[in-house]
Amino acid sequence: MIEALFFYVFSTVLVLSAMMVISAKNPVHAVLYLILSFFNAAGLFVMLGAELIAMILVIVYVGAVAVLFLFVVMMLDIDFTRLRDEAQKHAMVGAITGGVLLGELAWVYSQWMGARDALARAAQTAPQATKGLTNAHALGQLLYTHYAYLFQVSGLILLVAMIGAITLTLRSRPGVRKQVISHQLDRNPADVVKIEKIETGAGVS
Amino acid sequence: MTEFIAPAFSPAYPEIFLAIMAMILLMLGVSTDKEDYRSISRFSILSLIAVGMVVIRLYEGGVTTFGGMFVVDGFSSFMKVLVLFGAAVSIGMATRYARRERIMRFEYPVLILFSTLGMMLMISANDLMALYMGLELQSLPLYVLAAMQRDSVRSTEAGLKYFILGALSSGILLYGMSLLYGYTGTTQFAGLAAAFESFSHGGVPLGVMTGMVLLMCGMAFKISAVPFHMWTPDVYEGSPTSVTAFFAIVPKIAALALMARILTGPFGNMVLHWQQVIILLSVASMVLGAVAAIGQRNIKRMLAYSSIGHMGYALSGLCAANQTGVQAVLVYAAIYMVMSMGAFAFVLMMKRKDRMVEDIYDLSGLSKTQPMMALGMAVIMFSMAGIPPLAGFFGKLYIFQAVVNAQLYMLAVIGVLSSVVAAYYYLRVIKVMYFDAEDEALDAQEDRGLNLVMMLSSLSLVTFILVPAPLITAARLAAETLLR
Repeated sequence: MIEALFFYVFSTVLVLSAMMVISAKNPVHAVLYLILSFFNAAGLFVMLGAELIAMILVIVYVGAVAVLFLFVVMMLDIDFTRLRDEAQKHAMVGAITGGVLLGELAWVYSQWMGARDALARAAQTAPQATKGLTNAHALGQLLYTHYAYLFQVSGLILLVAMIGAITLTLRSRPGVRKQVISHQLDRNPADVVKIEKIETGAGVS
Repeated sequence: MTEFIAPAFSPAYPEIFLAIMAMILLMLGVSTDKEDYRSISRFSILSLIAVGMVVIRLYEGGVTTFGGMFVVDGFSSFMKVLVLFGAAVSIGMATRYARRERIMRFEYPVLILFSTLGMMLMISANDLMALYMGLELQSLPLYVLAAMQRDSVRSTEAGLKYFILGALSSGILLYGMSLLYGYTGTTQFAGLAAAFESFSHGGVPLGVMTGMVLLMCGMAFKISAVPFHMWTPDVYEGSPTSVTAFFAIVPKIAALALMARILTGPFGNMVLHWQQVIILLSVASMVLGAVAAIGQRNIKRMLAYSSIGHMGYALSGLCAANQTGVQAVLVYAAIYMVMSMGAFAFVLMMKRKDRMVEDIYDLSGLSKTQPMMALGMAVIMFSMAGIPPLAGFFGKLYIFQAVVNAQLYMLAVIGVLSSVVAAYYYLRVIKVMYFDAEDEALDAQEDRGLNLVMMLSSLSLVTFILVPAPLITAARLAAETLLR
C-alpha cells in the first residue's frame, strides 16, 4: 500500500517535472526541473532495490552533469526567447508527429505479448539473488566477467571522446607566457640583477 | 547465472592488436615534440595492413567468443579485409591534403584507427549490446573528423550536424533494441532468432515489429538510405575532402555488413516482415540518388547523392534474402569501394593555383590539359553509371540477377530505370571534361600517391571482366558462412 503510494508520488512528480523541463520559460528553471526529475528517478530505482544505480544517478547526473548544465546555461549568452519562438513555428508539426507516435506506442504496449520464455531467458544472465549480495557486488560480478568485453569497448569509446574533445578545442597559442616554477626557482639574482653605485648628482648613464 | 570461464581471446586478436596499436600511436604522437604526422600516419597504415594479414591468417569458420557476443566467420573476415584496406588507402590519400589544409595533426590517423576498430567490432557483433558499442566506437571518431578543420565554419557545421543526427539515430536504434529485449528477454542474436522462431507461426507481435523497424531505421541512417539521408550531402560537402573520402569509402561497408548479418541472422525467419521495409528504403534511395544529383554542381555533393544511390542498389540485393543476394551485395560493396577510392582521389587532385576547387565545371576541357587524369576519371564515372564492360556494370548485374531470381520484378525495373537516370550526371562529368571548351588548366599533379590510387582503381575496374573469379569466389564463400 505505502509502496504503491510512493511509486505514484515519484512517477507523477517525475513526469510533471520532465514536462516542465521542456516548457519552462526560464532555462535555469528548466535545469532545476531536470534535477528534480533525476531525484525522482533515483527514488524509483531505490524502490526497485537498485540502490547503487540510484546513488550513481544522484552523484553523477545531479552532482556533475546537471550542475554543469546549470553553469553552461548561466554562462552562455543565448537568447532563449528567440530560440523558443523559432521552435514554436514547428510546434504544430511536432505535436502531430509526437501524437501519432504516442498513439502508436500505446497501441503497441496494449497488445503486449512477450515470447514464451522471455522472463526465464532474461533471468539467465542476472546474478542469483543470494543473501547478503549487495548491488555493487552483483554488478561487479557481471561487469568484469560476462560483460568484460562491453566494458572494455566502452572504455575505448570514452578514450575516443577524450581525444575528440582535446582535438577540437585545444589550441596552442604562440607567445603565451606560462608560469614555469622551475625556471623561476632557477633564477639566480647574481645573473639578472645589477647593482650599481650611483654618485650623488651624476645621474644614470 | 552460469559459472564464469575466461573467454578465448584468439578470435579477437586482430581487434586487440589494432586497439593496442592505436593507443601506442596516440602516446607516440603526444610524446614527440613536433607533431609528427607523417610517421604516425605511416605506422597507422602499416598496422592496418598487419591487422588485415592477421584477419586473413586467422580465417576460421564460425567461432564465437566473449560469451557469444563476438563472432568470427568467413563473412566477417571478408568484410574486415575490405574495411581495413579502405581505411589504409584513405589514410594514405590524406597526407598531402592534410598538410595543405592544416589539419595535419597526429590525431587524424589515430581517430581513423579507432573508427576502423569500431567497424570491425560492428562486423563481428553477435549481440545487440556489442552491436551498439561497435557502432558508437565507429561513429564518435567520425564526428570529430568531420569537424577537424576548426577554422572553417562549414567543417564545424558538418561535424555538429553529423553529431546531432547521429545521436538521434543512436537513440532510435537503442529504443528498437530495448523493445526487442523486452519481448524476447535476450540480446544475443542466436537467442533472438530462437525467440522469433516461436512467433513465426502465430504471427509476429506488434512490439517486435516496431523494435525491428526502429533498429533498421537506426542502421539505415548509418548507410544514409533515404529517408534518413538528409545529413549526407551537407556533411560530405562541409568536411575536409580527405575525411569525406573516408566517409564514403569505409563506414558504409561496415554498416552494410551489419545490416546483412542482422537481417539474415536474428530476423532470418521474418523475411516477409522486413522485406517491405528494405524495399522501400532501397527504392527511395535509388530514385533520390538518381534524381537529386542532377542539379548538383559541387562534385562532393554529387558524389554524396551518388553514394546514396549506390546504397540503394546494395539494399535491393539484401531484399532477395538469400545467398545469391548477399553474395551480390558483397561484390557490389567491394566494387563500390574501389570506385569511390578512385573518384575521391580525383577530387583530392582537383586544384587550381594551389587552391582546391569543387565545381564540376572547373573540369572543362580537362582532357586537353590533363589527359591521363581525365581518362582515369572517365573510366570511374562510366563504371559508376554501370556501363559494360566495366566492373560497376557487373556489380549491378549481380544485384539485379539476385533480385529477379527472388521474383521482385518491380524492384529490378525501378533499379534499372533509376540507373539510367543516374547515368546522366555521371556522363555529364565526362562531357564537361571531354567536350567543353578549355578552361584555365588545373594544376599539374605533384602527388604521385593520389595519381596511383586513381590509376589503380580505374585499371582494376577495367580488368575486372578478365579476372572476376577471386572476388566472386571470396564473396560466395563469405555469403555461404553467413547463411548457413
